Amino acid sequence: MLRRPTRYGSFWFWLCGVMSLLTPLPFERPIHDLERQLEALEAQPNPTETTQDAIRKMRVEIQRLKRDVYENLNPWEMVQVARHEARPKALDYIELVCDEFVELRGDRAFGDDRAILTGFARIDGKKVLLVAQQKGRNLEERLKHNYGMAHPEGYRKALSKMALAAKYGLPIVCLIDTAGAYPGIGAEERGQAYQIAFNLREMSRINTPIVCVVIGEGGSGGALGIGIGDHVAMLQFSYYSVISPEGCAGILWKHPKHADKAAHALRFTSKDLLGFGIIDEIIQEPLGGAHRDHRKMATTLKASILTAIKNLSAMPPGKLLDHRYNKFRKIGRFEERPIEAG
Amino acid sequence: MAAVPSVNEESPPSRPKRPVPDGLWVKCDSCNATVFGKKVEENLGLCPECSHHFYVSAQARIEQLLDEDSFEEWFGELCPVDPLGFTDKKPYAQRLIEEQKRTGMRDACIVGKGHMRGRPLVFGLTDSTFIMGSMGSVVGEKLTRAIEEATRLRMPLVIVSGSGGGARMHEGIFSLMQMGKVSAALGRYHDAGGLYISVLTNPTMGGVAASFASLGDIMIAEPKAMIGFAGPRVVKATVKQNLPDGFQTSEFLLEHGFVDMIVARPELRAEIARLIDYCQMK
Ligand SMILES: [Zn+2]
Repeated sequence: MLRRPTRYGSFWFWLCGVMSLLTPLPFERPIHDLERQLEALEAQPNPTETTQDAIRKMRVEIQRLKRDVYENLNPWEMVQVARHEARPKALDYIELVCDEFVELRGDRAFGDDRAILTGFARIDGKKVLLVAQQKGRNLEERLKHNYGMAHPEGYRKALSKMALAAKYGLPIVCLIDTAGAYPGIGAEERGQAYQIAFNLREMSRINTPIVCVVIGEGGSGGALGIGIGDHVAMLQFSYYSVISPEGCAGILWKHPKHADKAAHALRFTSKDLLGFGIIDEIIQEPLGGAHRDHRKMATTLKASILTAIKNLSAMPPGKLLDHRYNKFRKIGRFEERPIEAG
Repeated sequence: MAAVPSVNEESPPSRPKRPVPDGLWVKCDSCNATVFGKKVEENLGLCPECSHHFYVSAQARIEQLLDEDSFEEWFGELCPVDPLGFTDKKPYAQRLIEEQKRTGMRDACIVGKGHMRGRPLVFGLTDSTFIMGSMGSVVGEKLTRAIEEATRLRMPLVIVSGSGGGARMHEGIFSLMQMGKVSAALGRYHDAGGLYISVLTNPTMGGVAASFASLGDIMIAEPKAMIGFAGPRVVKATVKQNLPDGFQTSEFLLEHGFVDMIVARPELRAEIARLIDYCQMK
């Protein structure tokens, strides 16, 4: 059965817009204040020449300030943006990027993990299989989707749908947004470690193009569990890390309150990862972050996904898996020094 | 959100971090008996009173499992570097030098070729004392090369895992990606019909558990080892309830279907040899 994406998207833009105004991040406060002043000026019924001039100047100033703030975000601030409650989540992109989404549920073994959504989708008519970690956009949704933190059944479901896609030659698009795989009793009982390991091994052999995009948080093994692809991209203000800054701070600095220090030390921003040769592309966000303009972000993301699929589809069929293997094979920094005698 | 899971949770140090010093009296964590270090060492690192499995060093492990003088180390020239310029309480570069001095190892992993009761095989291990046995670029690269060699030579592969640290956070994203790299190499080995026997020792957690350590065709665990994805403290903080008895132990994994057998250390060598005989490559 084909299903159109739900049509309450516009409500969410409105709500997200309101939320971002209600809760500016600390470093966004100057922008927020100016925007409030601008609103007040714009609200004047019969603006004088002077007021109109002030409005124009203020708009320019806001743009300048956004550029200034967002070009100089430190890694810890970027984590705040990546986790911003108004930042578009996977379901927003499903609504804005896909012409339709036919959800396929269930892992055929335990249940249906709502933290990872899978299904067929059309993007500009192009048929793909979508695998998306969904955090939820309000408290109710966050509980339903377990904050985007999947159990083993979620990873198992993702892999089984990927195998289905490979059977029919559909490219796979993985949207990554998770603080990590869920650390619970049931998750351990049902083999979280095994299932992630199995996904890593099997994704390296799924014989169809795989495009992975980190849209928010790329949390460790929970992200990598759907992250073995041919083209790996990150949204500009997302992060992708071996451990959360809080987790790292808790272990190495003995307290999570040093998360900002860990965020600097871990070098996990999109710019770092591109520099390290870990990712293939940074997808630029609208000025002031994806949460300020969902529609624009979705348009850019869509173009990037389509280009990646097009490029990968042009690859000779026998070359794809070698390309993917070598992509990960070459990652690592070490020295080779002869062993001293004795 | 209270809990932030990751692939490098430390497990609480339930066992001593260093080999039992011979010639000294040591207290067994399990039965509280005071036992003579030399006796423990002669007993393959087992408590003579209760068979509690103490940590054994990489060198001792090789001597215990492989035929005498049969081990030929590979890729020993690989040395860790500090790709991020990482500094926490001390610079990672300095931490590496200290760990190398303390353990006599260059990094947490040793790989090579050897014989087990006359059967040739590719052998690897991670030593849980070198920065918690965590996997950075050197561990990932050595294992990947060893797996590729095993594929080329069409030999069985045995990896003994010990890692409380999982993926090594000091090497950041490079460590996380080693999980993918090693697992992909195991995929090719698997396709080629290779036999991989994974031996889990105390502790095997985080990104090591969530990659090569869990991918054995045959999964063996030493008794009462801590094995899991998230560290127990993180799980406890997340679920806000007490953890069941024996949570994340070898016995827990056996009960839930994630290991084939629990094998005590003195039987390990004979058991692995017996398994290899059933799985001859075509
Ligand atoms: Zn004892």
